[in-house]
Amino acid sequence: MKEELDMEQKEISNHTLSYGTYIFVWAGLIIFTGLTVLFSGVSLGAPKIAVALLIASAKAGLVVAFFMHLKYEKRVFQIMFSLVVLILVIVFVFTFFDYPYR
Amino acid sequence: MSNAVNILLAKEKDYIGAKLGMWIFLFTEIFLFGGMFLIYAVYRFEYSFDFYNSSEHLNLIMGTLNTALLLTSSLTMALSILAIRKGNKKLSTIFLFITIILGILFMVNKYIEWTAEISNGIYPNSPELLQKSKGEILFYGLYFVMTGLHGLHVLAGIIILSVMLVFVRKDKIRESDFTWLENSGLYWHLVDVIWIFLFPLFYLAR
Repeated sequence: MKEELDMEQKEISNHTLSYGTYIFVWAGLIIFTGLTVLFSGVSLGAPKIAVALLIASAKAGLVVAFFMHLKYEKRVFQIMFSLVVLILVIVFVFTFFDYPYR
Repeated sequence: MSNAVNILLAKEKDYIGAKLGMWIFLFTEIFLFGGMFLIYAVYRFEYSFDFYNSSEHLNLIMGTLNTALLLTSSLTMALSILAIRKGNKKLSTIFLFITIILGILFMVNKYIEWTAEISNGIYPNSPELLQKSKGEILFYGLYFVMTGLHGLHVLAGIIILSVMLVFVRKDKIRESDFTWLENSGLYWHLVDVIWIFLFPLFYLAR
């Protein structure tokens, strides 16, 4: 029984990433950080916050998908996480449907 | 027979269940910070100009440095888990140790940053801050509360990871059973994700 459970862990760890992949993801995160700091100095006007949030979302996506290995997790984890993000988006969007028109 | 079953039950670890529980806890954390980000969004919409102005007074170099520190600590955290999965206890210990050091460095920077701001008379309800416009008061209020709560999470993470370091050394966390380390890692990465959003919203609103 104990061995079987260990097998279950082993099976999951078969999807384990390599050291190289993690370092690659980290390099991407650092490059994104450099980009977002660079863009903040450029006068883009209104879309500036959009660019900053887009880059932040890409970075968060990388961390969640690879470092938190959600990409390799069972479906149920991915569905639950997506629902949480969806609820957040709904809350933000609905707030701004209402707030600016008060 | 029943004795044998009891022993088996006691030994059995629900790997998936433990991870699911951790994720559900992380969801509550996402909503905790999510609510604060919503407040930020509304006030930034209302007082955009004041927010741009205040953001310029934050220490961008310090903020960027802290972002790099936390991102790198996330890397070493992931590497530590990978190392233990591959059965390399020593490497796992080293990576975990580096993660803790990077977390401490983050807190040291935060301390230097806050000390400078407080010595300039900028802290919640300070006489100098209260003389500023309403938007600026709100910006700094949110800044101190949100980065402060985030800092508390980093501090908690440092303590948790220190305990995990002892567990790895004592083989309580090992190749065949790394759930503790993995769940601690998930927490650490989430704290990183929250900072990824805090950084541009406060330091780059200029």
